[in-house]
Order: sequence, then C-alpha cells, then structure tokens
Amino acid sequence: MSDALVTVTIDGIEVQVPRGTPLIEAAKQAGILVPHYCYHPSLPAPAVCRMCLVEVEKAPKLLPACVTTVTDGQVVHVNSDAALKARESVLEFLLINHPLDCPICDQAGECELQDYVFQEGRAATRYADYAKRFNPVEDFGPDVLYIPNRCILCTRCVRFMEAVAEDPVLNVSERGDRSYIGIFPDAVLDHEWAGNVVDLCPVGSLVSKDFLHKARAWDLDRTASICPGCSQGCNMTIDTRDNVVVRLRPRPNMDVNRHFMCDTGRQDYRWMNRGDRIEAPLIRAGDKLQAVDWASALDRLADTLRGADGKAVILASARASTESLGMTHRLLDGFELTAAVRVPTGHEAPLASIPNLALREERTPNVAGAELTGYTRAWDEALDQAVSAQVVVVLDEELAPDEFDRVRTAGTVVVLGTVDHPAYQAADIVLPIATMAEEHGSYVNRDGRAQVYRQAKASPGMARPAWWVAAEAAGRLAEGRAVPATAGDAIVMLGQSIPALAGLTYQSMGFTGRPVASAAASGVES
Amino acid sequence: MGYPYPPDEKETVVLSQYFGDEGARSYQGWVKRGGYQALEAALAMEPGAVTDVVKASGLRGRGGAGFPTGLKWSFMPKDSGKDHYLVCNADESEPGTFKDREIMRWTPHGLIEGCAIAAYAIGAECCYVYIRGEFTEPLAIMAKAVAEAYANGVLGEKLLGTGPRLEMIIHRGAGAYICGEETGLMNSLEGRRGNPRIKPPFPAQAGVFGLPTTVNNVETLAAVPHIINRGADWYQGICLGNEKSTGTKLYSVCGHVQKPGNYELAMGTPLEELIFDMAGGMPPGRTLKAVIPGGSSVPIMDAEDVKGCLLDYEGVVERGSMLGSGGVIVMDDSTDMVYQIYRLTRFYAHESCAQCTQCREGTAWTVKILERILGGHGKESDLDLLLDLADNMTGTTICVLSDSCAAPVVSGIAKFRSEFDAYLSGARPPALAAH
Amino acid sequence: MSTAGASASETSYQPVFTGETMAALETLFERYPTKQACMLPALWMVQEARGWISERAMAEVAEVIGVTPAYVKGVVTFYTMYHTHPVGRNVIQVCTTTPCSLCGAEAVLRTILQETGCEELGRTSTDGRFTVQEVECLGACGFATPILVNDDFIESVTPERVAGLLEGYK
Repeated sequence: MSDALVTVTIDGIEVQVPRGTPLIEAAKQAGILVPHYCYHPSLPAPAVCRMCLVEVEKAPKLLPACVTTVTDGQVVHVNSDAALKARESVLEFLLINHPLDCPICDQAGECELQDYVFQEGRAATRYADYAKRFNPVEDFGPDVLYIPNRCILCTRCVRFMEAVAEDPVLNVSERGDRSYIGIFPDAVLDHEWAGNVVDLCPVGSLVSKDFLHKARAWDLDRTASICPGCSQGCNMTIDTRDNVVVRLRPRPNMDVNRHFMCDTGRQDYRWMNRGDRIEAPLIRAGDKLQAVDWASALDRLADTLRGADGKAVILASARASTESLGMTHRLLDGFELTAAVRVPTGHEAPLASIPNLALREERTPNVAGAELTGYTRAWDEALDQAVSAQVVVVLDEELAPDEFDRVRTAGTVVVLGTVDHPAYQAADIVLPIATMAEEHGSYVNRDGRAQVYRQAKASPGMARPAWWVAAEAAGRLAEGRAVPATAGDAIVMLGQSIPALAGLTYQSMGFTGRPVASAAASGVES
Repeated sequence: MGYPYPPDEKETVVLSQYFGDEGARSYQGWVKRGGYQALEAALAMEPGAVTDVVKASGLRGRGGAGFPTGLKWSFMPKDSGKDHYLVCNADESEPGTFKDREIMRWTPHGLIEGCAIAAYAIGAECCYVYIRGEFTEPLAIMAKAVAEAYANGVLGEKLLGTGPRLEMIIHRGAGAYICGEETGLMNSLEGRRGNPRIKPPFPAQAGVFGLPTTVNNVETLAAVPHIINRGADWYQGICLGNEKSTGTKLYSVCGHVQKPGNYELAMGTPLEELIFDMAGGMPPGRTLKAVIPGGSSVPIMDAEDVKGCLLDYEGVVERGSMLGSGGVIVMDDSTDMVYQIYRLTRFYAHESCAQCTQCREGTAWTVKILERILGGHGKESDLDLLLDLADNMTGTTICVLSDSCAAPVVSGIAKFRSEFDAYLSGARPPALAAH
Repeated sequence: MSTAGASASETSYQPVFTGETMAALETLFERYPTKQACMLPALWMVQEARGWISERAMAEVAEVIGVTPAYVKGVVTFYTMYHTHPVGRNVIQVCTTTPCSLCGAEAVLRTILQETGCEELGRTSTDGRFTVQEVECLGACGFATPILVNDDFIESVTPERVAGLLEGYK
C-alpha cells in the first residue's frame, strides 16, 4: 500500500491522510467522530452495526465509514440528512429490544448506546406494545458477566477472542433476532486477557463482576497511569471514587499495549487502598520508635548519614519510580554503595496476535529504570553486603522476616515504606512514602520506554513520595545542593548526571512515553 | 418445456429439453443426446476465447442479479499463480423459484459440462457445487452423475482425457437461505456461519479460501454448453425485447395458476402469455390480483402492471419490479395480500443472518407489526411506520436480504392499501389470533 | 424429553469419528484446502449417525476439524437442518412459505400435526415416531405443498394425502 497522501473533505474540513486509511479514521483527523459500535481500531472491521454509515458524494448509497477507504478528492458528509436518518434508525433498531435499564447498569455514563441515542436518537419509541426479547444473564468467566438483553451484537468480544486472543471461546449463536453471544457450556472465559471484552463492549452487556455496582461512571475520577504489574508498562487509567481505587482500565498506547491490558494487571489494585499504612515519620528513641515531624526525621537521617562512611546498601523495589530510585541512589553516593532491586517473577502470558505484548515474567514495572539509575538485580549479594553495612536503606520493598533479621545487624537501618510492618520496630528510621497511585512518577519499561504516571489519589497522613524524602535529606547533607520541587524536576535533575535519562522531561514523555536516550535499557532483555 | 407439462408452442426449449426424460440422467444417456461435445469444443479453444464467446452471447446471471456472465469470468486474474475456484450456486432457495432443481434432477451432466467449460475458461482446477441441504433428490442425482463423470474420464486429472485437471465436489448446505448469496455461500463452504461478506474484496480477487473465485448459478452454467455448441450469435438472437437481455430463461410459475411448472422462454416474452396461456391462467372463476415476477425478493406487481410487461431484465424493471430469479408467484383475487406479505416478511426474519442491525431487528419488527394488523389490533400509524422501517432497511446493509423484506411491504402497501385499511378499520375480521 | 435418539447419555459418549466414519472424513479433508471446510459435511455425518447433534458431539467435531467447540456451536445454530435436540424417528419438514401458503400449506401442516400426534411445531410425538417442523421454502413451489420426511422429498401433498403418506413411516 502506497504511503502517498490523499485529500478528502469531511463535513467541509479538508484533511490529508495516507491512501488506504478508513474514512472513520480520516474523520477523526478532521476532528469528527463518526458514531460507531462494531468498529474498533484494534479489531478486524466487519461493518455490521451499520452505525457509521456516511454520505460520500457520487456513491449511490450510504457507505460504512469503517471499511470504506479514502480516495483522493472524496467529499464526505457525516452529518447530512441521509446519514443522520440512517443513524437514527440504527439507534431505534438497537433500542427496540433493549431493556433501558440504565439506572441499574454499570455502563451508564460511559455507554455508547446511551450517548449516541442522547445525541441523535429518537425522542420516543415506536416499538410500543410489543414484548422485548429476553435471555437470562450468563456467567462467562471469573470476571465477566454477559447480560444478553443489553447486547447489540456488535461482536467486538467475539472478534477479540477470535482474532486478538486467538482463543475463540465466544460465538454468535442462532440467527436473526434470536441471536446472542454464546459460550460453550463447560467453557470459561478465563483467558489472561479476557477482561478486555468488558472494555470493548460499547454497552453494558459484558460487565466486570469485580466492578459490579461499585460506582457510577460519573462519580469516577480518572487518572492516566502505568500498570505496575510487570515490565511491559501497559498504559492504564486508575479510576477512583472518593479517593478509593475502584478499577484499572487500559489506556490506548499503540506502541506498548494498543488498547489492552491483562487481567493480572487489571485486578491488582486492592493494595492501593490498604488502610494499614505508615502515616508519620518514625525515629528511634531508646528501644522505641517515636513519631516525629518531617523536619526532625529528615534532620535525623541527614545526621546519621553525615557521620558515616564505608559501605551502604539500598534494597529497593523495582516498583519505585525512576525518580525515587535515582534520588535515593544519589543520597548515598558518598558511600561504597551496593544498590539492588528485587524482581519477583511469574508466568509469561502473551496476547497472541499483538507483537511484543505480554504479561511479563518480571512482575515489576521499573527494572530498566532501576538499572539506569545504578541498581542491579543481585539481590542476595546486596543482602549479604547489608549484614556489615554502615547504612541500609530499604526502599518500598517489604523484606521477609529472615531478611530483616539479617539486615538489622547493619549500622543504621532506614526504611522508606508504605505499609506498616512489625519488623520495622527494629529499624532506626521509618519514613512514610506514597504508593505509585499517590504520586507523579515515571517508569522505564522493558523496551526502554520512559512513561509517566500521575497521582490518582491522596496519600495518607504524612506520607510523601520517596524521591522527595531522599532529595530533601540530600539537601540537608550538602549545602547549596538543588532540591527538586516536583517529580518532573527530579527526572530532569537525574538526566543531568545519567546520560540515558538526559533530556527526559514530563512534557516530552507526554501521555504515551518516549524511549530513553541510550540503549542502556536493552540490558533488561537478558 | 413446461415441466411437468408438455412443451407449449410458445416456449423456446433449450435447457429444459430433457426435463422428464429419465434417459438423459446417465452419462451414456447424456452422451447419446450430444452431451460433452461442447466441452470437447471448448477444450480446443483458448480459455480466453471461451470467455469471449460467452461474453458475445449476452448471457447474464440467472440467479437473480443478471450480471453479464462473460464479464464476470473476465474479472478472474490471469497468471496469478494462485489456485482458482469455480463455485456452482445450487442453493436455490428464493421463494417461488424451482428451476435449478429440475436442471439438476433431469440433466445433471449438462450442469457438469457447463461447470467444466466455465472452470476451463477461468483456470479453475476445482469446482464446488453447493446444493441446498433440503434438495435430497438433486443431491443424490448430482453425486451419482459426478461419480459417473469421473469414471468416464470427464473429470479428474485431465478433463476429457486431454484438458487440464478438474475436481468437482458436491457440497451439501444445511438450511440457510442466505447461503444463496454468493459471499454467504463462500463462508458456508469454508465451514463458517453463512454470513455475507463485505465487498470489496470481490470474489474474483479474494473469494472462497481467500482465492480468486467465480460463483455462477446453476441455470447460468447449464446454458453455457448450448452457447458453445450453437454459437454466441444463436444465443444472442434469442431475444424478443431488449437486446441487453438474450437467450432463454426458465420461469418457475407457482401459486394460483392451473399449470404450475417451469417454462423456458425467449427473453422478451410477454408475462401475460406465460401466466394465462402457458400456465393456464387462474382457476375457473378467478381473476388475477398480483404477481411477484422474480422470486419473493422483488416488488409486487398488480394486474395493471402485468399488462404488456415483457419478461426480460429491462422489461420488468420498466413495470416497477425485477426479473430476479424468474420465480413467478401468481395470486388471484382470493388472496389476502396482507397475510401473504406478512408471510413473506416472516421468511426474511427467519433467514436474516443477524449481522446487520437494520436486518436483524427490522425484519422481526416488521413481522410483529403485520401480525398486529392481522390480529385486528393495528393502528392507523402502522402503515407509515412500516414504510419508514422499510426505507431504513433499504440500501443500508451488507447484503440485500433486508431490502428484499422491505420490497413487498412497500409495493404491497402502495398497491393494496385498501386491504390493510380493512384490517385497521375492523371491516375485515382478524386473520391471526391476537398476540 | 427423551426419545430413541437421545438414549446415549453425555457421560457415556461414544465418538462418531472412528473407523469408517473417520476414514470417510479423512477422504473429505483431501478435497478441500482447509479442514474447516469439512465442518458442514462432518456435522451431517454426526446427524446421520446420531439423529441429532449434541453439545458433546459438537466438541468432537471441533476436535477433528481443529476449531473450538464454541465455534462449532455458532455454526450449528446457524443452519436450520441441524437438530440441536433429539428428534423423533421421522422428521417431517413442511413448507409454508408464500407460494405454498397460497395453495393451502397451512391446512397441510395442521393435518400433519394432528395425524402425527405432535400437536405443536418442534414437538416430538409421545411415541417418538415424529417430529414436525415448519420450513421456509423447500424450493418446489410449483408442486405445493412439498414436504421432506427424513430424506424423502414428497411433492403436492394435500390434507387428504397426509394419513396415507405417514403410513410408510414407522
């Protein structure tokens, strides 16, 4: 297919798009959304919902914008009388058997049927006095319920399982108006990526059991984030209601996860809502830890570090942001420093038809970012070093009891943690930090793409981002050393000393990230 | 011939010459009647020349769409290096049409010969004959004939022992009208639901199994040997009306006539001659009320439309309908038009594949409205609603099933509105129990 | 609803595709470029052997064809001739589409429902002898009313002929 550009005029707006572009995508470039249901940019287009019919000059009939490709000089009317009447009729047909149970439907507020009917549907039904089609609710799998009465048979779910997941457990059964989405009696929709059918469903027909009746769409705050579940770095949205995370959903990024997200990542959010958090800085006073304000805690940390030399060890989580990892490393750069991250592993689960998209074995999001900022994966060696170290900093990683027993022999043990833990009673300084849901930060995924996540909820008590804690302490150690005011400042500052991060800014990473400067991150492949 | 009746003198008997002649069914019998000479002659020609003869003959698709056959063949890529397929569409299921059935029952070797010539012309080494599942007798006869053709060296490694390879496989459908639509048929042949496909790509580029394919109707293919034997000029000369419509056409006449059956007529024969002379007209004491001339999917004609209508592609369009498949459904003055239109829409609602919204929901809704009218509970506004739904169901879907459901509703209301009004006003007692 | 055809319970499922039937299917595989193209023929084989196509049989077809059971079910339910429930020893399909309706097909259907004791469409008679279905256009409109009894295509059926015709089907 030639890359040559062709010019099309859509509702009076002229755009140039590559030959072969579907009209529906060309219209997006003109800023016009052609209403549609069955079309999805990551699925094969069947042109069955007939919602995207548009008027193309010189064509004898209305054409489906999803499968009609642009030709040079084409003049398209998305909102002509004929196109509007066709769409109004599709909406009417879709509604005649629809239960109109929006008040109890999870999709209400983010439902494309509701939206388009409101936008350009008929005000009243002409399907009076007839019984509506009824089929019972079906349990499709661990997290998916099928409510056939709301189904518009767009077949996105069937096509996702067939063409994308390549595990065709869903079908269209029967024919005509008796049709429904079927699953084989003993089959279960438990594919690692099955949850995507809920997102793909444009109406409330496939719903998440986990999210069932939890919140109304309009009550949700949505924050652009990055899934911390593995090194793939899927872009996601954290949906919160009243400062509680209620749902994670994929956010499109054509270079990383297209429109998808695995179920492991999707369902791993309850830790973000834990109540057993460390809420105030704690410093050792005799045989007890005592809550203090941040100034006292940071002074104590600075004092401890100022007097010490020799070996220091950082035991960090690769779920910490590049900013936190980098700033903590910098805090200790006067020491003979060993810094390591722990990388838990699990099974790898690729999404069959999408190249380079999988739930990865490495179940932390920032292994590459850790390596760029001076950390290794030699966890056990670092633990061995810790036994005799002057200073050990535990960053956002929960140590096992036996690990903590070994670490406590070190000179000073500093914990930057989120969740309170009995073993911390043996630490010298315990500092409350924010989770990734509570801060701005960035991760570098396995392909060396640096991506920003945003703060989705407030942190509890006095918890602060770890980068802030480390940078403030470092500021106390060296007079005149610049202290970053924001996470964005922190990444810029790190870029000044770490070549791979040079030039990285939150603006340049935007909402879809950018590759880090050097190929240093390629080491994560090993 | 007017099978099951003796030929009428007004017929031009070509394809139907051996209808009723059991002797023509066997390989030997067919050869005795001049069979396979056309194939031999075709094999002596270049494939392109065969296509040219068919083009020159003016033969058009007899399945309903009337697309020029030779032109369709010429769309097949040349030297593509890919396998080509010929598919014979024997999924005859258009209500009112029963001609392909007789061709297969009486002259199976004629169809095999036509398929072989077409396959040769388009460079196909494989031909699937997709026969609807309900046609148990044609299936058995065709299977036997294909086996005979293999046994006698017609089919197989070398066509007639000299030509290229041709495999022929009978494929049984399983009950779905929409598989008569060529792209639905291709999906069905591939072992899928018989959902019609979006075009492009057209079958000649990416047809069955994604490879270049030509799909032709039984009657179309059965005409080919005759064209090869007797020449394009002869076929083109069979034309009483518009020169764009040539050759003979089989008309299946059914409904309220005294001699229902298949009649083979030169293009351009008056419709009235077919109904009143050949098919014997209405039962005694009855008069003509309506005719659906091209299978159930075309608009209904009233008695006035029928007058002077010439049976060819253009002639029927002139009278507001279409030649379609040539299934002529005749209705006399005893017919309850509302009920029959309802019965037609029920057919389409039953056969809708469910893909397109307008068709899936529109056909079923249309049935419900007509049911209500027939049940004596119709509303004044129902007719306008029916017409608006029909408008929304026309020209908006992947295939024309939805349009076909709308056509009799629109023409029915236009031409027989008083019958609808009689139900609406209560002047006529309900024909259906209320729902 | 238990009939002769449904005697094999799901747990004691005997595969259809063994021995000669499997050999026949394998011969068919050679005649198509994909295994999946043998879906309809394979389903016919199942129906011929078992009288209907159970979900367990769909799963078997899925295995021999190389698709998922769900896919097979989607296909089976698209085609009206495949029985997804057990049927009587004799299945009668009666055409009542417009051309036949014009010629009195509804009366033929009523008579058949009565004579077979099925009473209702889709039901199997208590003796397991008949199941009656309405079918959309059998393609023999000139010979109204055509009916299909098992594989026997019978033309020009009138209410008067029904009783005699049924005699032949035990």
